[in-house]
Amino acid sequence: MSAPIFGIELSYWQETVLRSVGILAAVLLPAGTFVYLFLFKMVSFMQSRLGPMEAGPFGSMQLLAEVGKFLQKEDIVPERADRKLFKLAPYLVVSTVLLVYLAVPFGPEMTFVTNFDGGIFYVLAVSSISALGVLLAGWSSANKYSLIGGLRAAGQLIAYELPMVLAVIGVVIQAGTLNMQGIVMAQADGSIFGFDGIGNPFLLTQIIAFVIFMIAVQAELGQTPFDMPIAESELVTGYITEYSGLRFLLFFIGEFASAGAFAAVAATLFLGGWAVPSAWADLDSAIFNLLGPIIMLTKMMILGGLIFFVRFTFPRFREDQLQKLAWTVLIPISLANILVTTILKVVF
Amino acid sequence: MTALTERQQLAYANAQAADGRVNLEFETDEGMTLNMGPQHPATHGTLRIVVKLDGEEVISCEPIMGYMHRGYEKLTEVRTYPQVTTLINRIDWLGSFANEVPFILAAEKLMDIEAPPRAQWIRTVLFELSRIANISLFVGDMALHIGAISAAFYAFRDREYVLNQIEAATGGRFHPNFDRIGGLKDDLPKGWIADTKATMEKIRDFCDEMETLVEGNEIFQARTRGIGVIPADVALAYGLSGANLRASGVDWDLRRDEPVGLAWNECDWNVITHPDGDSFARFWVRLQEIRESTKIVDQLLDGLPAGPIMAKVPRIIKVPEGEAWVATENPLGEMGYYVVSKGDLGPFRVKIRTASFNNVAVIPWVTRGVYVPDVVTILASLYFILGDIDR
Repeated sequence: MSAPIFGIELSYWQETVLRSVGILAAVLLPAGTFVYLFLFKMVSFMQSRLGPMEAGPFGSMQLLAEVGKFLQKEDIVPERADRKLFKLAPYLVVSTVLLVYLAVPFGPEMTFVTNFDGGIFYVLAVSSISALGVLLAGWSSANKYSLIGGLRAAGQLIAYELPMVLAVIGVVIQAGTLNMQGIVMAQADGSIFGFDGIGNPFLLTQIIAFVIFMIAVQAELGQTPFDMPIAESELVTGYITEYSGLRFLLFFIGEFASAGAFAAVAATLFLGGWAVPSAWADLDSAIFNLLGPIIMLTKMMILGGLIFFVRFTFPRFREDQLQKLAWTVLIPISLANILVTTILKVVF
Repeated sequence: MTALTERQQLAYANAQAADGRVNLEFETDEGMTLNMGPQHPATHGTLRIVVKLDGEEVISCEPIMGYMHRGYEKLTEVRTYPQVTTLINRIDWLGSFANEVPFILAAEKLMDIEAPPRAQWIRTVLFELSRIANISLFVGDMALHIGAISAAFYAFRDREYVLNQIEAATGGRFHPNFDRIGGLKDDLPKGWIADTKATMEKIRDFCDEMETLVEGNEIFQARTRGIGVIPADVALAYGLSGANLRASGVDWDLRRDEPVGLAWNECDWNVITHPDGDSFARFWVRLQEIRESTKIVDQLLDGLPAGPIMAKVPRIIKVPEGEAWVATENPLGEMGYYVVSKGDLGPFRVKIRTASFNNVAVIPWVTRGVYVPDVVTILASLYFILGDIDR
């Protein structure tokens, strides 16, 4: 843990503080970029309008203006709400995202917990806590729309956690490790039939797992076509109907930060994470502590663009159709994927 | 504020009690009651729908209307005939011009005058333009209710071209107030015909785009096919009209069957029907009807007769004593006016038959046993305008 970063020797507490600041930056930076780039601008161009143009050049300060607006709003707790749970729920959702980032590597040294065996297992486990926050919000709001939204979110989580885990298992079998750093290195050092020019990004060999993973991510995040927990034309805004001001902002941050978190996980699992193929450069050099996060953010932006492109193109499923899709299509396919991966792993 | 009279207080108490009775009826039975509206995103306006749920399944569903009642039938009694058109513009605010036409036709019938051919043809063209403006918004609105946000923006964008044409001809984007007893206020402006034809081309492109983006989408089909099926006999029994009826396979269109003083039978077009009667059929029929409307507009503009746009009408319009009923095929369905005249400057009594009022009446029948998301789909596919229900 006391390895020097850029030649500077740091004590343990200094390093921990730095890493915590890094995590916060890692959460807020992609979340903010996602909101501006995709929610404000990409969607505006898709829908033949300009999007925000007034705050800052091309509206780039719009997000700050929005945050300022939300901070000024009155903080309302419904009269019949369960006050403690109502106030707890948004923090639970946001903290989940922070927990996910703990295990995601952004460079050879750039992780909160270095050499975290079972890292991907941990990520999948903590990422489901946010659904608990959603359920709490739905239940404690004392609102029927919120309640239906919360219950839908819970049902959705159970249905889509399984294909997600099964899709990841294919990757884990191929990499031979649960350690996320190990998965990155397996892709960087790998080769396709002896050709190691581009390493072995699991996107190529695990394309089925990638598709299933991205569908499950879409459902976990509650993005269209799986946005029934929010479903603004049916349930007003589902579980966040009663929230205002700072707490609404926290849900909003949580939504986009977790989109960033899942994009980071998917980039690590399928696109080679922070690394470039090891044939191109020496991955152990300290410069990758600087380059790694940039490479990672680029990959996250590509996946984030995919997530939001789908979100603003497709209509919404019905709850029972979503369950049917998960249990009768995605789970059998991902099981078959595991089987095929295992056989090929044994053969080669 | 002046004090309420005793009679007003009594009326208020009665209204409250009636509202309370409805609520009580829904609260005392089993299941959860979900109040959709009066302020709910799916009811685009102030329709209140009380849904009783078992889980997400609908046990019963009751539309409660009257939150936007503006008393138009009564207001017409204290206005002169030319003033009434300003008022009835606001009934179905998305297809305003189409609201004016049947009333004017009824007044003309009582006065026994007929608009010159050019006026009739231009009336028909504007009627069809307001139909396109109205229904293209429906296409986007339906997609929006199923969750596809982008399609709604495309609908707003392309509808704007049609509204521009309506504005160029009449001076009003939303409320033209252009129709006069005996003809029209003005002739068409210069270059309008070519512009409108170019717009019709854009609208056909819009239809193509919506067919691939919305109608061809598998999620859209999964959400609408087989949902909210209204068989032909039920549709007739509930008095549905317009595209809702044609989507149930009933070949009935007032434009073809009773073209009262308008030029629909002068051109070649088809009545669109669909045998299924589900939400998808209602969407499909309306989208095809936009195409047919563009065909009608193109043909009428090609053969527009020359001549005056106003018949000989006295300066002060007094309608002779009598009663007349005229109905036309409006964007939402059959809209008719029953005008009773006692020979005064204004009508003695006007009964307005609007399509949406009957169309929402079928909601309790058609939403039994569906899920909450389907209620929204069915509401969107029945396509009502709140002003058209409550008047």
